[in-house]
Amino acid sequence: MGTLGWAVRKIGGALVVLWLVATAIFIGIRLIPGDPAEAIMGGPGSQASAEALAAARAEFGLDQPVPVQYLMFLGKLAQLDFGTSYALKRPVTEVMAEVLPKTITLALLALAAAWLLALLFAALAMRANRFGAWLGSMVEIVAAAVPHFWLGAVLIMVFSSALGWLPAVDNGTGAGLVLPVLTLALPLAGFLTQLMRDSLATAMSSQFALAARARGESRLAVFWRHGLRHASLPALNLTGWAFSSLLSGAVVVEVIFARPGLGRSLLSAVLARDIPMVTGLALFSALVYILVMALTEAVERAIDPAGAAS
Amino acid sequence: MSRLSKILAWLFIAFWALTALAPQLIAPGDPLAINPAQAFQAPGSEHVFGTDESGRDIYTRVIHGAGDSLFIGLAATAVGMGLAIVLGTLAAMAPRWLDGIILRVLEALYSIPSLLLALLIIAFTGPGVGPAIIAVGLSTAPGYARLVRSQIRTLKNSEMLEAATVLGRGTWLKIRNHLVPNALKPLLALVTLGIGQAVIWAAALSFLGLGTPPPAPEWGAMLSAGRTYLHLAWWMSLFPGLAIVVVAAGATLIGRALGGKARTI
Repeated sequence: MGTLGWAVRKIGGALVVLWLVATAIFIGIRLIPGDPAEAIMGGPGSQASAEALAAARAEFGLDQPVPVQYLMFLGKLAQLDFGTSYALKRPVTEVMAEVLPKTITLALLALAAAWLLALLFAALAMRANRFGAWLGSMVEIVAAAVPHFWLGAVLIMVFSSALGWLPAVDNGTGAGLVLPVLTLALPLAGFLTQLMRDSLATAMSSQFALAARARGESRLAVFWRHGLRHASLPALNLTGWAFSSLLSGAVVVEVIFARPGLGRSLLSAVLARDIPMVTGLALFSALVYILVMALTEAVERAIDPAGAAS
Repeated sequence: MSRLSKILAWLFIAFWALTALAPQLIAPGDPLAINPAQAFQAPGSEHVFGTDESGRDIYTRVIHGAGDSLFIGLAATAVGMGLAIVLGTLAAMAPRWLDGIILRVLEALYSIPSLLLALLIIAFTGPGVGPAIIAVGLSTAPGYARLVRSQIRTLKNSEMLEAATVLGRGTWLKIRNHLVPNALKPLLALVTLGIGQAVIWAAALSFLGLGTPPPAPEWGAMLSAGRTYLHLAWWMSLFPGLAIVVVAAGATLIGRALGGKARTI
């Protein structure tokens, strides 16, 4: 499959997925009992004003037949017009432009930190004896079983309350980012290490590693040049999933560390049942996931052309 | 699995089953009894895990919370698996075009991160225990469904099914007696891993204030209450979280021993 064909297929697939997500949201709005205008404005409990309800009816075309409403809804989304957040009284796109970079920064830093930690652990595990290996696998299992919302609390208790080294609230400085990033990175590092250890062991005992050693390369050089390349493929394969789990974790981490971002905005939108905001954020996170998946696939094609062709 | 690890696994399951079903046996106190004079007691001989802001005993609450927390996790996994079996079987048995549609729908569900999908569902249903179960169940379904589908597609061409066809068994009978049971066997390990994850997601929703409401002794809800007093009373956050970690790590260990891979669902 050529690169162009691959790209066309990816874009087509992405559009279909986004359309399905949008359709599901449209059906969801219709399923809420009662007046849909009221549902969009926060449900029966929100006591939206008559003007606000009228505005919602006009904006979503609620006086039109359902198929027309559906097309209007999709048409607006296609123009990237997500409407106005009724809770914040601001255009949804404006809020998203503000919070999205913050969450992406957090997720990317956490991804980088997790990779770094996983490489370190995997390299250490190679040198470990049986007890060390057992201990390592226990640490990985626990790391992967720790929920973000608890790990964040524990890190705050240790590094902020007890030791006073780092701020408990993300205050916009570099130091304020350390704990949120660690909270997200540690469980992911546990997953990545599990994966990399197996493939690293296979790679290091393979024919090509032996051949490289026979050529006189040091064990470390073989590790860097050959072992890592092979060990990182299965882990790279998971990057899309990892990024998606980071976005999930970001919701909790942003709440704990009082850091503005996509997750925290989504939570407050859900609590206020601010449907325009929820719609925009859901579609955006789907888009981010699709982009990351396409990007990892592109990197995989670059690292391992043989695998991509099959 | 070795004999010892089998015994340990069953002990682990028996302990949590007992804790969830008959918490009074292990913690006879009342998890909701308030006693303001005893507020914020540090762990000690009188209160092993300390007390919370209203003087409720944390140990009693953690033990009594097992029921709610585990029930939501198990129920969500059941919802997710049930949906996955229906969708996965349908996709595997259906003509190509329907298979394609189901796959796309699963991909769409999969493209929204689990917790975000759960939040999205709650935006429409409103918060509560029922919505939390459905939300967590739905967000785990697409992963399971893909696995069920690929299992059944493999089994469809097996000799066992050929024999059933020769014997003149109908499609429904084949699905019920051969395909689904055999497709589920290899999934057992993954489901065990998944229960641990579901318990975590469910607690996350309660932590965010969207699942079990306080003052019910649910682990996520307890952590949510503890967050306010993090600097003052670390024990309020430490012990409920430890319970979640023990359950999730135990589920992971058992799942792995059964042959599951760490990656998810």
